[in-house]
Amino acid sequence: MTAILEIDNLHVAIGAATVLRGVSLRVEAGEVRGLVGESGAGKSMVGRTIFGLLPAKARITAGRVSFEGRDLLAMPDKARRDLLGRRIALIPQDPMTSLNPVRRIGTQMAAVLQLHLKLSKSAAHDRAAELLAEVAIRDPVRVLNLYPHELSGGMRQRVLIAMAFACDPSLVIADEPTTALDVTVQRQVLQLVERMRQRHGAAILFVTHDLGVVAKICRSMTVLHAGRVLEDGLTADVLVKPHHAYTRALLAATPRADRPADALKPVPPALIESLWAEARRLDQLAAGRPA
Amino acid sequence: MRWSAILKRLALIPPTLLGVGAIVFVLLRVVPGDPIAMMIPPGASPADITRLRALYGLDQPLLSQFITWLGQVAVGDFGRSISLRQQVFELVGARLPATLELAALSVSMALLMGVAVALVGSLLRGTRAEWLLDTANGVFLAIPDFLWALILLLGFGVLLPLLPISGRLDPQLAVAFRTHFYLIESLLTLRLDVAADLLRHMLLPSLALALPFAALVARLLKAQLAEAEDQDYAQIARTRGFSRTTILQREVFPNALIPTVALSGVQVTLLLGGTVLVERIFSYEGIGNMAIDAVINRDFPLIQGLILTFAVLFIALNLAVDLLVALLDPRLRHG
Repeated sequence: MTAILEIDNLHVAIGAATVLRGVSLRVEAGEVRGLVGESGAGKSMVGRTIFGLLPAKARITAGRVSFEGRDLLAMPDKARRDLLGRRIALIPQDPMTSLNPVRRIGTQMAAVLQLHLKLSKSAAHDRAAELLAEVAIRDPVRVLNLYPHELSGGMRQRVLIAMAFACDPSLVIADEPTTALDVTVQRQVLQLVERMRQRHGAAILFVTHDLGVVAKICRSMTVLHAGRVLEDGLTADVLVKPHHAYTRALLAATPRADRPADALKPVPPALIESLWAEARRLDQLAAGRPA
Repeated sequence: MRWSAILKRLALIPPTLLGVGAIVFVLLRVVPGDPIAMMIPPGASPADITRLRALYGLDQPLLSQFITWLGQVAVGDFGRSISLRQQVFELVGARLPATLELAALSVSMALLMGVAVALVGSLLRGTRAEWLLDTANGVFLAIPDFLWALILLLGFGVLLPLLPISGRLDPQLAVAFRTHFYLIESLLTLRLDVAADLLRHMLLPSLALALPFAALVARLLKAQLAEAEDQDYAQIARTRGFSRTTILQREVFPNALIPTVALSGVQVTLLLGGTVLVERIFSYEGIGNMAIDAVINRDFPLIQGLILTFAVLFIALNLAVDLLVALLDPRLRHG
């Protein structure tokens, strides 16, 4: 299989703090890879690096990110902007804040199509209506004329999913797209993402803290903690036979239908502490000081 | 805003004006100072004074004076000015357009300058130049309009006499105007030489009014731009490959504009208040300048007429700002 996205030994620091400590991961063409980790593990930093959205004080201190064989970090801004939205797209986390409140849905959707596919305004609106129909929005022509506040959270997330797949990207980064939604809506959104993926043939990097979601839709998965990859493999293998103690602890902390609720165990604090100690030791080694 | 909301606002206007009228009416008659005392020649007999007081109805009890005045105002009769001996309505009608033109020019200039400074400041974010710009902006904000009037008068009228410093139009330009909106009329009738002279006379006073307001607009808009730029939708536009200018123009600016208009719009009333002193300094023939004379002369009917005019302007302005905000923000439009 060919890799669409290849991240190799990525190090990112914000000011004096290291946030990514040599992350490597591959996303194959058309696959769904889960990127799992708790808050602060650095999951979103990986996405931000790809989109060039790192905070002002952040620096990439080492590593390579290549997309379809091209070095994303080295390419000029204009070349990268040409890829973003067209070949690499984002499904954002919070549908309530991710659409511009003062522009109509149709205008916002059409803008992407006009920018990347060079469609005329009316052609872009027609295509936007088709995309809305694809994400099962009824009466798409009417919805195009609405403002974001006139749609529910679930509807807005559908609009954002439609926008992500608008230009047939080869990679979609889904940044916890179900976290802000009701549980009932979550399921529908997951199914929708999977349907759109098959239809448009994109690979997905699914960033989440929810192992349940990963088990449902990801072929492979990467477990991140303190900016380090602790585990990487096919989901089926990792879930059945996790190598790392942290992955085992995460699994024990995940509710499952086939286990009683009181079987849930929190991740042991001692384990977390030892992982952080290891991360700090790595930082000191990298800085050339003795541990 | 829905129509019902607009109607509700309109319905509140008469009681507001009634309140303003009552306060002004009572205050004028409670504070010391008497219009008759200002107009009588020295050595007038007490009998003359009593006659004059009766003539203007000032010998009546306060309440009956007020009711008489209200009855007249209700039918559009604002009384006669005591000091100028003309109908208040005509006096104000002749002067108000001059003030409106001055204020409109000031607000336009302030918006242009304020928006430009805010945009430049946003592009300079994080640099030393940004700090310089912010500091300069703070200075412009801190100096009040009447002080700007004096500074500009000294700079461009006296030290570097480039611009006229008093009046509205060069008296040598004998022009017969049909309306009192001289600038608008001269532009519409293509008397560009007249329009140019009017603008030369308006430039310094309107600049004095515009500078602190521009600084306020710049500060508000710059802060709002920074906030809008951090919003998810603006960040996400970057993940779609839009350029920074496009994002500023389509995502950031329209959103930053809403609170800026809402906050600075009401400050236009302050600018209108500022015309009182600034018109005085430049001997500009507007209602502000007239208001000072009216107060000095204790010209009760004229003061009342002028205050009511200002009150109507303030109310209209607030309503206009609310409508504009609703126009810019679809969330308010659907109420």
